[in-house]
Amino acid sequence: MDGLLTVSDDGLYCPAGDFHIDPHRPVERAIVTHAHGDHAARGSDHYLTSAEGEGVLRHRMLDGAAIQTVAYGETIDVGGVTVSLHPAGHIRGSAQVRLEHRGEVWVVTGDYKVAPDPTCTPFELVECDVFITECTFGLPIYRWPDPEEVFGKINRWWKKNREEGKTSVLFGYSLGKAQRLIAGVDASIGPIYCHGAVQKMNDVYRGDGVNLPPTTYVSDENAPEDWSEALVVAPSSAGGSRWIQRFDPVSTGFASGWMRIRGNKRRRSLDRGFVLSDHLDWPHLNDVIDGTGAQTVYVTHGNNDSFARWLQEEKGLDARELPLRSQYDD
Amino acid sequence: MQAFAELYRRLDRTTSRNAKIEAMADYFEQAAPADAAWAVYFLSGERPKRLLSSTDMRRWAAEMVGIPEWMLEESYTTVGDTAETITLLLPDEGGSAQKTLSYWVEERLLPLRNEDETVQREEVTSIWRELGRWERFVWNKLTTSGLRVGVSQGLTVRGLEAYSGIDRDVLTARMMGDWSPTAEFFQNLISEDTSDADRSRPYPFLLAHPIDNDVHPQEVVGDHDRFLAEWKWDGIRSQVIHREGEVFIWSRGEELITERYPEVASSAEALPHGVVLDGEILGWKDGKVLPFGMLQKRIGRKTLPSDLMEDVPISFMAFDLLEWNGDDIREWPLRARREKLESLFDAGRHGPSIRLTTPVQGDSWDALADTRADSREHKTEGLMLKRLDKAYAVGRPKGNWWKWKIEPYTLDGVLIYAQRGSGRRSTLHTDLSFALWDDDDELVIFAKAYSGLTDDQFQDLDNWVRRHTVERFGPVRSVEPEHVFEIAFEGVRRSNRHKCGVATRFPRIKRWRRDLAPKDADRLDDLKALLPALPDHVDADE
Repeated sequence: MDGLLTVSDDGLYCPAGDFHIDPHRPVERAIVTHAHGDHAARGSDHYLTSAEGEGVLRHRMLDGAAIQTVAYGETIDVGGVTVSLHPAGHIRGSAQVRLEHRGEVWVVTGDYKVAPDPTCTPFELVECDVFITECTFGLPIYRWPDPEEVFGKINRWWKKNREEGKTSVLFGYSLGKAQRLIAGVDASIGPIYCHGAVQKMNDVYRGDGVNLPPTTYVSDENAPEDWSEALVVAPSSAGGSRWIQRFDPVSTGFASGWMRIRGNKRRRSLDRGFVLSDHLDWPHLNDVIDGTGAQTVYVTHGNNDSFARWLQEEKGLDARELPLRSQYDD
Repeated sequence: MQAFAELYRRLDRTTSRNAKIEAMADYFEQAAPADAAWAVYFLSGERPKRLLSSTDMRRWAAEMVGIPEWMLEESYTTVGDTAETITLLLPDEGGSAQKTLSYWVEERLLPLRNEDETVQREEVTSIWRELGRWERFVWNKLTTSGLRVGVSQGLTVRGLEAYSGIDRDVLTARMMGDWSPTAEFFQNLISEDTSDADRSRPYPFLLAHPIDNDVHPQEVVGDHDRFLAEWKWDGIRSQVIHREGEVFIWSRGEELITERYPEVASSAEALPHGVVLDGEILGWKDGKVLPFGMLQKRIGRKTLPSDLMEDVPISFMAFDLLEWNGDDIREWPLRARREKLESLFDAGRHGPSIRLTTPVQGDSWDALADTRADSREHKTEGLMLKRLDKAYAVGRPKGNWWKWKIEPYTLDGVLIYAQRGSGRRSTLHTDLSFALWDDDDELVIFAKAYSGLTDDQFQDLDNWVRRHTVERFGPVRSVEPEHVFEIAFEGVRRSNRHKCGVATRFPRIKRWRRDLAPKDADRLDDLKALLPALPDHVDADE
C-alpha cells in the first residue's frame, strides 16, 4: 500500500503527518479509533482520540498517558495533514479517522456499526476517495435482525429463566456490548449483576453521563439469597470458569453477531445465542461502501480476500486486502 | 410441518436427554401416524439418499438471491452445513404454508427423484418460498444432511417409549432392519401385540465398555474368574440368523449383508432352524485371520470376482448364541448360552466358514494381561471380558461386557496442514495433517486426525493456525512446522495412495506435545518398522 497511509511493522502509518492509526505496538504518536485491545495498544508517547472516547481510553491505557482529544467533526492539523474524527457507532467514543492531504481524502473506519445504540453517538457517513474498512461480517449470510426484536427475545428468556428458577447469565464483551445490553434490557424484570470487568466499564460510562439502570458488582458480600431473579452480565471468558458456578442452575446466553451461525453457539455449549452485533451486517456494509463514493477500498478484519473480490467484481472498485501484519479474527 | 419444526427447535435448544425424550413424546402425542412415521425415520438419522444434490441446492440458492457461486461457497465454508447456509442466504420472510410433514416429504420431496435439474430447481425454489424460515431450515436439513440434532436411534426409542408405553426392547427390535416410514409401520411400531417379530430381524447388539489401560482391571470389574475372556477380533460385528429355512446376516450398522459373504451364508444353512449367532466377520485364510486391510477389500462390494473371493475368504467367528429352537434365550446367563453354542459345534451343525471362538485361559489378571500382550501377533485388538452370570442385554449396559484393548501405536508427528472441520466445528481448524521426517529430512504427511483435543485446545490451536498460515489452498492452510502431537493409531498397512507409503488405521490425537520441538518428532522409518513383512500373496498396491 502506498500513498497517504502505508503499513509499517507497527500498523497503519501516515508518513506525511508522522503518526500511526491503531498501532498494535507502542509508537510516538497514535490516533486511536476506539479503546478495544486490538486497536488501542498501551505505552505510546501520545494519543489522539475523540472527546467522547477519552474516559474509556484513559481507563484502558497506562496511568498518566498523554491523551489529546477532539470533538467529532472538529479538524486539527497533524504534521501538515488535516485530521478529523467522525462517529463510528461501534462503542462509546469510537471514531472513523478522516485524513485530508493535497486534495485527497482517506477514511479509516476502525470498527463500526449503523444499528442504533443508546450508549454512543450514531455512525456518520463520510465521503472519501480511499476507504479503509473493517469487514468482520463480510459475507451475505450475515444479516442482523432488528435489535428491538433481539432485546425482546432476551427479555423473554430472562423472564422464563426466572420462572424456572434459573439464573440468566448473558455473555458479551465487557467494553461496549455489555453496556449496550444493560441499557437495552427491561430492567423491571429483575436485578442486574455484573462481572468485575463489566462493572468497571459501567462506571466509566456512567461517569460520561450515559444512562444505565442500576447494576451490582458480583461478590460474596453482595450475593443475594437466590440468584434466579437476576440477569448476570459477564465477558465470555468467564464462561467455563469457577466464577460462574455460584449461579447454578443457570441458563447461558451470548450476544454476538457470530451467533447468527448455529455452530458457534453449539460449540460453546450455550443455551441461547442472541444475534446482536457491534459491527455491520452484509447489506449495511455494502450500503456504506456505496455511500462513501470511494473508488479505492482496503478491507481488513474479516474474510478479506473474498470481500475484496466481491467489491472488484460486483462494484468495479479498486479493492484490496489491507496487508496488516497482525490480523485479528474478532 | 410446523409441529415437526417446533420439535426440532426444542431438541436443538437442549442438551438434556430427559428434555429431548419429553419433546419427542409431546410431538408423537399430537402427530398423525403418517407424520410420526417420517419423524421416526428422520430422528433415527435416516434421510432419502441420492435425491437432491447439495451442490445443486446451493447453486439454486445463489441464483435466487443473486450472488456469484464462489461467494456462496465461501459462505458455505464458514457455515459448514448446506441447509443452514441456504437458510441464512434466503430472505428471512417466508410463506406460512400449513401442511403436514408427510405432505412436504411424500408429495413434494420424493417426486423429485429422477426429475431433471430444471424441474427440481423450480420445485425446490417454490418450496423455499412457501415455507416459513424455520420450517425451511428443517426441510433443508432433512433433504441434505439429515436432522443431526443430537438424537440417536436409541434416544428416539426412548421418546417412543415415553409416548406409547411399549417396552423399549420391543420398539428397538421393531425398528431394526428395513422398514418404510408409513402410517401402517408406525401403527405396528406402537402396537401392543408383540408377537409380530419379523423372521429376518436381528436382536439389538450388546456393546462393550472399554477398560482404561491406566487402571488395573481388578479395580474396575473385580475378580477375573467371573469372566469369560476371548480375543477381541478386528472384523465386522454381525449376527447370522437361520430361521424357517432362510439365512440373514446383519451388520451392527443394521445393514443386511447376506449377499456380500456367500461363504458364510451357505455355511449357515447347516445350522439348525431357529438359531441366531452373534460374532465377527473376518478375512480368514490357511487357518489364520487376515489383516483388516484385506477384509476391507470385501466391505461394500456386492459383486465378487472369483480372484477376490480366493484372496480374501471370509469366516464368521461365533461367540454367542441368542436364539435356540426359535426361542429368544438372551435372558440366559452367558455360561448357559456358551454351553449350548458349543454343543451346536460339537454336533457339527455349522458349515466350514462358521467358527467358534476359543476362550483365552488365564488364572489371574496378570496371566491374562500377559496373554493380552500378544494380541498384536494374533491380529486381535486385545481381550473381551464377559460376565459368565449375565444375560445378553440391549445396548451398552455397564458391567456385562468389557473390552480390554491393547495400547495403540503412537508416534510424534509435526502439524503441517489444517482445515476447517464440519458441523459444529465448522468455524475451527480441526482437520489436521501430521508429518514425520523422511531420509532426506523432509516432512512427509503420515496421518490426518480430527479428534483427541478438547474444545479449548482446538480453540487455541485455531488461533495459532490463523496467525501462522504459510499458504492457503482453498480450505486448506499450510502452517509453520512448530507444534508436535502424539498420534495414536491401531494399525498400519502398505499403501500407494499415501505419499509416505503407509496408511494408518484410526489415527487420532493422543496429546499435544508442547514439550517437543519439530526436530524431536519421529521419523518415517519408525512408522515403516511397524509394517509386517510382506506376505507373498499380498500385492503392495491395495
